[in-house]
Amino acid sequence: MRKTWKSKGYFCLIGLVAAVTLGTLILIIGFILIRGLPGITVEFLTEKPKMMGKEGGVFPVIIGTIYVTLISIVIATPIGVAAAVYFSEYAKKGVLMHVIRFFTEVLAGIPSIIFGLFGFAFFVVFLGMGWSVLSGGLTLSMMILPTLVRSTEESLKTVPMAYREGSLSLGATKWETVVKVVLPCCGPGVLTGLILGIGRAVGETAAVMLTVGGSLVLPVSPLDSARTMAVHLYTLASEGLSDEKTYATAALLIIIVLVINSLANYISGRLTKE
Amino acid sequence: MKIREKVIERLILLCAAVSVAAVALITIFIFSSGGPVLAKYGVLRFIFGNDWSPTSGSYGILPLIVGTLGVTLGALVIGIPTGLGCAVFMAEMVKSRLAKLFRAAIELLAGIPSVVYGFFGLEIIVPAIRDYLLPMARKLDPDVPGSGFSVLAGAIVLAVMILPTIVSISENAIRAVPKEFHEASLALGADKRETIIKIILPAAKSGILSSIILAMGRAIGETMAVLMITGNMVKVPTSPLDPAATLTGTIAMEMSYAAPEHQNALFAIGIILFIMIIALNGIAQMVAKRFGGETA
Repeated sequence: MRKTWKSKGYFCLIGLVAAVTLGTLILIIGFILIRGLPGITVEFLTEKPKMMGKEGGVFPVIIGTIYVTLISIVIATPIGVAAAVYFSEYAKKGVLMHVIRFFTEVLAGIPSIIFGLFGFAFFVVFLGMGWSVLSGGLTLSMMILPTLVRSTEESLKTVPMAYREGSLSLGATKWETVVKVVLPCCGPGVLTGLILGIGRAVGETAAVMLTVGGSLVLPVSPLDSARTMAVHLYTLASEGLSDEKTYATAALLIIIVLVINSLANYISGRLTKE
Repeated sequence: MKIREKVIERLILLCAAVSVAAVALITIFIFSSGGPVLAKYGVLRFIFGNDWSPTSGSYGILPLIVGTLGVTLGALVIGIPTGLGCAVFMAEMVKSRLAKLFRAAIELLAGIPSVVYGFFGLEIIVPAIRDYLLPMARKLDPDVPGSGFSVLAGAIVLAVMILPTIVSISENAIRAVPKEFHEASLALGADKRETIIKIILPAAKSGILSSIILAMGRAIGETMAVLMITGNMVKVPTSPLDPAATLTGTIAMEMSYAAPEHQNALFAIGIILFIMIIALNGIAQMVAKRFGGETA
């Protein structure tokens, strides 16, 4: 009898822990959405910020975010997909493979502030790009590369061997097989990695702050400085300029990230169903 | 035709090697920027020096290291039991549909940007500590200083941020334990609780351990959230309610206005951080490999 009571207590405790975790998630998202949503108006989305963001909207910041993210995925996607193809279709087991894989793992574990320092030393100063959308995009592309490689590789693994054999036996070369038979089968996998990469790029702050700068002017050329949503949120929050704008920015950022993640979930869910 | 294939193979090998080049470049640039300061100032003096005042050329980062370790330790103390609880909950207690829903929630938690966590901490955790916890502490000891910006606030927010890492890897490890272990234990008369504590968790220990080490790496490397809520006071914290500065936070904050030598000192902090993270990740991989064979 005592044993069952003890067990019941134990499972209640675990259930409680799970409930608290769920509660925390709801609290974070709910709190920011409830206080921030009223601030997201058409003007907020389409106007320029005034008085360092105290008034006005976030239009240049939205454009800056899209700009930086776009550059990072345009650079990272081809490299990431090609790397994954190499890992899964071409690589023979050996020391070289081990080394490359090890470094990809290492790259995934490096904290964002180190990427920021590197981006600052290499792109901003050494290559002379200055604080710019390009410096930030390049830095971010390095950060999202491991995600892309991993998810593409996972989906390449699910393509049946028979497809490859069929294609090769019809006289196609290895590369033709990869491009025309194997890769078309794993669109969803690549897309999932891409979307997760976008999510990471949009939410990244430390690395972007050190490479893109914080200009509130609408960026036109890739060599212009800009400000992303995450950096804007940090600046507003740490300077305490305007509660309303800060919450609105935070809410906008959360909505974007939530949409992006659900999209990735949905696509990868459909992938596993098939 | 043959040549074209060969060229393409070389080209994509090059793409695969980009990550090697990236890590190499990062290492070279961080070390070449920060190395001279370390060499000139002395590695030991840099790490164990107690005084960080870059404007007067004094670069001791002990307070930053203690700050980082304090926040990380706090996060682990809160995060490990919570994370393991959630993992057991998902793997052993609920049906797969509910577990799936719960997993989606945990993934959501992983997707929230760190600056949003920082903002949340700034608006909720810091005021909560200032308005509720500090008055209580002051009843015991009227001299407790503080403004809510503290190691504790950082630890709480970091604990939430590392939960997804702990939960997802531990859950996988728990699910990988063979069903026979379960059945044998139950057949011997153990109840479910005993089975989980004495059989399942020990069998999954390698996965759990590597999840904890990876989480620790995340906590040490986390920047924005910590920067916004720990107070950034460069002084060795003596209680969880003291403000503290961390390695990452100091780099992020001072980089924007640092003079050249100060900047190089920040790069030197980057070197220390880099080595810590690489070492932790190496240990995590070793743990996973070493014990992996026995359990899964």
